[in-house]
Formats: sequence, structure tokens, C-alpha cells
Amino acid sequence: MIAKLTLPVFATLGLAGTAYAQTELSLWYHGAGSANAEEALVNELVEEFNASQSDWKVVIETFPQLAYNDAVGAAALAGELPDILDVDGPVMPNWAWAQYMQPLGIDEAKLEGYLPGPVGRWNGEVYSVGLWDAAVALTTRRSTLEKYGIRVPSLDAPWSLDEFNEALATIAASGDFEYPLDLGMAWKGEWYPYAFSPLLQSFGGDIVDRDGYQSAEDVLNGDAAIEFGEWWQGLFENGYVPGTSQDAADRETGLLDGKYAMSWNGNWAAVPVVEAFGDDALFLPAPDFGNGSTIGAASWQFGISATSEHPEGALAFIEFALQDKWFAAFSDGTGLIPVTASAAAETENYAPGGPLEVFYDLSKAQALVRPVTPGYIVQAKVFEKALADIANGADVADTLDAAVDEINEDISRNSGYGH
Amino acid sequence: MASKLTRSNRAGWLMALPGVGLIALFIILPFFLAFAFSLTNQRLASPNPTEYVGFENYRDLLGVSIFTLEPERDESGAVVRDEDGQIEYPRLRNFTRNNPDYPNLQGKREWFSWQSGENRTVVLASDVVFMKALINTFTFVLVVAPVQAGLALGLALLINQKLRAISLFRAIYFMPVVVSIVVVSLLFQFIYSPGDGLLNSILSGLTFGLFQPHDWLGSTSTALGSIMAMSIWQGVGFHMVIWLSGLQTISPTLYEAAEIEGSNKWQTFRYVTWPGLRNTAVLILIVITMQAFALFAQINVMTKGGPLDSTQVLVFQAVERGYGKQDISGGSTISVILFLIVLCISLLQRYLTRERN
Amino acid sequence: MAAVTEDNRGMRLATRYAVLVLVAVIFIFPLLFMAMSSLKPTQQLLSDTNSLRAFLPVGDLSLDNYSAAFDRAPIGVFVFNSVLVTGLTVVLTLFVCSLAAFAFVFLEWKGRDILFAILLATLIIPYETIFIPLLLMASQLPWIGFSGIEIGWLNTYRVQIIPFIADGLSIFLFVQYFKDLPRELIEASRVEGASWWLIYRRVVMPLSGPVIATAAILKFLFMYNQYLWPLMVVQAEEIRPVMVGLGYFTDQLNVPWGEVMAYLTIITIPVLAFYLSLQRVFIASVASTGVKG
Repeated sequence: MIAKLTLPVFATLGLAGTAYAQTELSLWYHGAGSANAEEALVNELVEEFNASQSDWKVVIETFPQLAYNDAVGAAALAGELPDILDVDGPVMPNWAWAQYMQPLGIDEAKLEGYLPGPVGRWNGEVYSVGLWDAAVALTTRRSTLEKYGIRVPSLDAPWSLDEFNEALATIAASGDFEYPLDLGMAWKGEWYPYAFSPLLQSFGGDIVDRDGYQSAEDVLNGDAAIEFGEWWQGLFENGYVPGTSQDAADRETGLLDGKYAMSWNGNWAAVPVVEAFGDDALFLPAPDFGNGSTIGAASWQFGISATSEHPEGALAFIEFALQDKWFAAFSDGTGLIPVTASAAAETENYAPGGPLEVFYDLSKAQALVRPVTPGYIVQAKVFEKALADIANGADVADTLDAAVDEINEDISRNSGYGH
Repeated sequence: MASKLTRSNRAGWLMALPGVGLIALFIILPFFLAFAFSLTNQRLASPNPTEYVGFENYRDLLGVSIFTLEPERDESGAVVRDEDGQIEYPRLRNFTRNNPDYPNLQGKREWFSWQSGENRTVVLASDVVFMKALINTFTFVLVVAPVQAGLALGLALLINQKLRAISLFRAIYFMPVVVSIVVVSLLFQFIYSPGDGLLNSILSGLTFGLFQPHDWLGSTSTALGSIMAMSIWQGVGFHMVIWLSGLQTISPTLYEAAEIEGSNKWQTFRYVTWPGLRNTAVLILIVITMQAFALFAQINVMTKGGPLDSTQVLVFQAVERGYGKQDISGGSTISVILFLIVLCISLLQRYLTRERN
Repeated sequence: MAAVTEDNRGMRLATRYAVLVLVAVIFIFPLLFMAMSSLKPTQQLLSDTNSLRAFLPVGDLSLDNYSAAFDRAPIGVFVFNSVLVTGLTVVLTLFVCSLAAFAFVFLEWKGRDILFAILLATLIIPYETIFIPLLLMASQLPWIGFSGIEIGWLNTYRVQIIPFIADGLSIFLFVQYFKDLPRELIEASRVEGASWWLIYRRVVMPLSGPVIATAAILKFLFMYNQYLWPLMVVQAEEIRPVMVGLGYFTDQLNVPWGEVMAYLTIITIPVLAFYLSLQRVFIASVASTGVKG
């Protein structure tokens, strides 16, 4: 208790002593109210940075996550952006293109050995870097698979489409679970493109043609995409997965409660699973639907706003944050994936032999960033709606056609988004 | 004489000015800006210059075509039928996508269709989502406005009795009003939850298990209805209070007179109560209509327009496009169209209610 | 004979109360669910939703959710901000809008009718649809502060208040009510030489209890429930209102439903208190204006 009380006092004294020389830098952060280690760690990071040198003083303002992007958009419109921005990886190209952000100007040698996801590039320059990445896995129990005689897949030998379908059918037929698989349809928004577009990619389609990012024709509505769509719709028609009206509580506890046999979920939700199932917990790679097995990449990252008057100070802060020490601390606190192998070795969960080690390997082997284009913001929403509609029974080809039309229309209205 | 007494340009302007001025600055001016945006390709975030595009945004929203699909025929010219005996048609996408013979159908989608003989007549729209939002908004208003006003009147009559503890009941009926609609939407997600949600549990309990659990917000047939029911539940108490204040301005002597005349309850309501409520009725109808057209929070929290666009509404679409998809011009265009629609309706409402006076 | 009538009356009274109670149940049960859930751990709260237990104070009850909620977010700050912003706006609205309505109803002046028609049209514009142009304006508006003229209203209390003081609906409410007031009263005062200001203050407003209460409640609810606008114009946590604060609880990966219910219960209290305090004024004034019919 005493330690708790004295620490802030020292911190305040320390700040008061150096404040006269320090230039203030504002930092916006998306995790207000997270009440877990993340918020505390960000504050600790800021405090340590402020104490570590005498030129800059970072002042943090936190926002609730779902409100964050709107708040930044509004602030940009009004010319009130902070110096340092926290940005979700796939959104970064939009903010860079719209001139909310400027290139970091960081020495790229410093980013060597990083996982691919946490380094945000646009137009050949690094605009943002993250302290962690996230990965998605098919979460289940070894005992469940063994009970139904299903092979346990590996990174080198993931399930094929047929194997996966058969596994679902077998578990469904047993009647032991409400649903064999939980896709997390309750999580609206970014979860859909993040978690589901890799499945489409594995079928051979994509949200947009990555060659120049000028059209989605034949990519989002080609044969591969239609095949994906039919399969996707089948999951819901066959009653293999809960639909778009799944409630958030079931999403959170369904696997643990035994409602679902498998859950397509992120590493951030893995710790409770390990706690509940221990060695029985399994984190499996995505099935290979024909075009390799992939998962999404890139989480929240730090960048510098275009209007910052002190980009060198902002960069100093970001470079200060890019230490294995912080990667490991955030990973231990939040269950997220550290961005370097050396940091991973220092963590509880991702060290060799650690319970979540598999996620580091997944992230390294399979991670594919979402389309790197300013149009992603619209494309993600169009994709989300198309998937929700198909899940609810809409005609697959017509829905994907409409999605392609909307994406292409948007690209042309934005004069190609600067590609 | 009266006019001389009440005529005062200076005092009139002076007293109206603060209110009128603030409205001009903070509502009318931004609205004109929104109208200006609707004639451009303005984006929320873009380095590209804003360009004047005329009424293109309006055409993109409102474009409608009618198209007749002829059945597939085999070589002998006979109509092709599938296994169930249904007539087979060529896919619409053959006509609407990059078909140089049908430039007017380019990019349009099926909105609805009907059978006419062997042919199928299809109505295509440039923006089916917008059209559905338009229809859903009207449905919502047409159901909610009368039902909510009627229920509110019923409650007001119920509560306008001289009984012990009546003010407790009045407070309870009003309670949902004080709870934010966002909060209410969150709570009702639990209530409407599929499977063993609250409503399903209650209904199944009341029917001794006969009731089969229903996915209230997840099925296209009940999603909008569920949201209507919730909205009425939340808002009815407020209008009850307005009715109540109207009821209490009716002179008790009129009721006494009616009683002496020996009129029954219905006659009393018809000839004493209702005429006394005319101004209140106009007010309530207008307020409910406005609130119903502005439907947004419930959709945003509960369904985001789904499933299959069955709960898309105009304001939600305006916000979704303007903020979510960074398309200020598209969002503004919807706002302007909404404004024009409601303007027409309120002019009509005023005309109708004025005539009766 | 008399006994039978007594019985009848008793029966009828019982039926009346039965109807009242039944209706009350319909209105109260989601709120009961909210309040009861705020006392339960999240796990139990969720599993209780499949039975009547959801409405009952059963199981593992505690105020833990409340203390956890206060730890998670500066709830006191949010509530203070919302009450301050809402309260100020309501007071200013009542004054500005009743004054304008007074001018529209009782005075004749050039441009009155056309202005009123325009005003009615603004009633239709949902705020959500004009927020972006409004934001652009607000970021450029001048303000006279302690250090002279400053540009930009963002990140202040005033940007949450001033744009919402005047609105068509509030004016319309007052207009509809004023129309029903006996005009002779006003004309008589006028003949006696009273100024318009005096008539507004001493004659009209004291008779306007019900409409004041109605307009105040409507405005209070609108302001207290604002979300999109403060989200866009307020960045500092110190001046953030309650609805934006809700995101501290709901925007989490594992939503702490128990705390959500606690927060919802807390933020509902000020509104409820406002209504209950107004209810007395409201009823009293309704009774006192009974003469006017």
C-alpha cells in the first residue's frame, strides 16, 4: 500500500523537476477502460519515457476503442490531431493517404527480425510500428478431437477443406454440442475482415485485387470467391455455426461452457482457455482450403500525425517503446504476441515450450496483412456486410457482385486512392 | 384593436432573435452546408480536391429501372423448367454487369420482382440498400406513430383515475423514458437473445414449454417488429404524460354535464374527452413522427441494419455512409432526401389537421 | 343491497389495480433486470437470463460491480459533466425557446409567419445528419476568453451546450401551449401598460408549468443521451459525458456485463431524480391551470 502511494508522488516530483525543459507531446490511445494490464503498461511506458530524458514529455489521452477512429477523423477534420497516434494496422494506409500521418523516418535496420504484421508500410515508407501482433487460431480441446476420431492438424499439415467439413459434420451429428464451431459472428466490425478474409484467401479469392488495388472484379466475385461463399453459407444452413444474432456473452464463454466444440478466436482470448483446459487446450492453424493456410495480421501500432510540430520527439518516444523489454511486458500483461523472437523468449506464454508458443509460429508462418490500401476502410465494411448477408441466406453470386460494384465505385470515386 | 395592441416589430424581433439566431447558425446553416456537400464528391478524409458533381449522388440513390426477364428456352423454343417445375430464367447479372446492350442496367440490383405469365418482371434499383432503408423507415413510422400514440392515450386514461398510489404507477410507466435508448437497446439484446434468452424463456414458461425459442433479432421477419415493440415500450410513457396534461385541462364541469345527460363511457370519451384533446393530438402525432423518422440508436446498437437489410433505416444509412464509409456527400444526400420527405409529410399533416378546425 | 354494491365496488377496485399492476410489470421488468444484474457477478448474470431469476435478487449478491466500475472509469467525472452540460442547456433552452414562442404567439411583427414556417421545417432535421458541417463550423468559431479572442470551440463545454440551446421542437411545444392560453389575459395586461417582458415573466410563464416540464424533460433526455457529438468534439477525458463513457465498459473484448449493468444503473439515477423532482411541479401546475379550459 505504501509503495503504491509513494510511487506517484515520486513521479510527480520528478516531473515537476524537469518540466521546465520538456516540450509536451500529446498521445492518443484507444484502450480507455481496458482495466487490464494494457492501460497500466501504456501509462508506465509513458512515465518511463518522460523520466528517461529531459526534452519531451508525453501526455496521454485515452479513448474507448469503438469511438477512437471517429474521434481521430473528427479531430483531423478540425485540425486538432495529437503528435503521436495509435492506429489499427489496416487503417494506417487510409490515414497516411489522407495526410493524417507522416512517415516515421525511422532507421529500418532497427526493425530487423520483426514479425511482418507490426510494421506498417505505405508507399514504400514506414508509417507505424506496433509493440505486438495478434493471431487467430481454431481453439479446441485435444480430448474433443480424439473422442470423434479427428486428426490433430499441425502447421505443416493443416486440415484440408474435406477434412474440416467432415470434422464439422461428425461433431454436429454427435449432438453433444449446440454448434460444432463458433466463428464469433457476434463481433461486428473489424473482426469480419480480420478473421474471415484469410479464409477467402485460402480459397483463392481476396477482398480486392492486390495488384494495384484498382478493382475487386474476379477476385471477390470470381469462381474461388463464389465457392467460398457457397461453403460459408453452408456452415450456417447446416447449423454448424451460430449466426449473426449470436450474443456476445455466448461468444465469450461458449467454448468454455461446452456449447461449442471449436472456436475461431484470437490469442487475446487464449489465456482463459489454457486456464480452463490446461494441456488439453489446442490452438490449431486455419484449414488449407486449397491456396495455403493463412491468418490475418497487424494490430494496433504507433505513428506520428502529419500536423505534429515535433516529429523528432514523437519518433524518440516510439523508438523508446521498441524494446524487447516492452514487447515482453505487454505480452505478459495482455496475452498478445511479442514482435521479436528475442522478446518472445522472455515472455511467460510465448517462450519456447510456453502455452501460446504456437501463436508466435502461426503469426510468423501464416500471417498475411489485410489489403494495404486507403480504400480498406470502405472495403472492410462492404466485405463485412456481404459475409453477414450470405450467412443470412442471400444469393452468393449476387451479393458478391454487389460488393464488387460498391468497392469499385468507391475506388473510382477516390481516383484510385493514390496507388 | 387587438392587432394594434399586439403589433410590435421591435419587441417581436428582439424576443425571437436569440432562439431564431441560434437555430439559423447551428441548424439551418449546417443543413445548407450538407446540401452543398450533396452536390459534390466530398469525402471525410481525402487528399483529392472536392469536385462539383451535380445531382449524381441523387441519381445514384434514386435510380430505378424495370426489366422483364424472359424464361430460358431450349432449342425447340420450349420453356426450360427445373426439377420442381419452376421456370428457369437467365441470371440477372448477365444483364446488369458489363453488358453493352443494357447500359441503363449497369450496376443495378434486383429490388423486388413479380411473375407475369411466363415472364418475370424485375424492379432494379441503383441502391437497393437505400430503397430498403426508405421502405423500412416508412413502415416504422406508419406502425409506431399510431400505435404509440394510441397506447399512450390508453395509458393516460388508465392513469387519470382518482386512486390511491396512482402517482406511483405513473412514475413506473414513465420510467423507460428516462433510460437512454442506447441503454434500453443493450438490455433488450438480452431479452431478444435467441435460444434461452429472456423473452423466449418467459414465453416458453407461460405456454408450458409449447413455445419454440425464436431468434427475434436474427430473423428477417421479426427483427424490425422487435425493434418497433421496444421503441414503443421505451417512448410511450412520455406521450402518456403529454396526453395526461391534455386530459387534465378538460374542465370537470363538462364531465359532470355528461354524467347528468346520462352518457355512457364511450359517449363521454367521444364527445367530451376527444374534442378537448385535439391540440394535444396534433402535437403528439408530430412529435412521434419526427422521432420515428430519426430512428438510429436502436439500429446502431442492435442490428446494424441486418439481417439482410431488414432493419436498414435512413438515418442509420446516412451515418454509416458519412462516418463509417467516409462518404460525406452520400450521407448528406440521404439527409437532404429525408428532410424533403418529412417536410412533405408535415405539410400534409398540417393541411389535414388545419382543415378539421 | 348495500353490501352487494360494496362488494361490487371492491371487485372493481381490485380489477383496476390488477390492470395497473400488470401494465406496471411490463414497464418495469427490463429495468428490474438491469438493477438486479448490477448486483451479480457476470457469470451468474448471464446464466440467470434463461429464467425468472434474472429479475430476482438471488445468488451471489454484492456491490463488487459498482466498485469495479468506479475503478475502471472516472464515473463521477462523466456524471458531473453530463449533469452540468445538460442542466445548463435545459435552463437556457427553456428561456430562449419560450421567449421566441412568446413572440410568435402573442406579438405581430414583420416576417413572423415566414420565420415560423422555416422554424417548423428545421424540426425535421435529425442532428446526426448535420454533425459534420457543424463540426467544421465549430472548429472555426471565435470565442472571447480570458486571453482575448480565441478560435475554435473544440474540447470545451460550450461546444456541447450552445449549439443545442435553441431547437424547433422546444419552440413548437411552447407555441402549441401558449395558443391555448386565454388571450384576454395578455391584452388586459397590455391595456394596463405592462411591457412585453413583464407580461412574459409575470403572466405567461407562471401559467406554463406543464409545458416547461415537458420541454425540460425532452431536452434533458436529448442532452443527457448525446453520444455522437461529444465523441466528435471532445477529446479530453475531463469533459467527457456519460454516454461516451459507456464505451469504457462495452468496448472491451470480454465485456464485464456486471459492471455494464452497474454503470447503466448509476447513469440512470440523475435522470430519474430529475423527473421525480419535476413530477411534483408538473402535477401542481397542471392542477393550477385547470381554470383555463
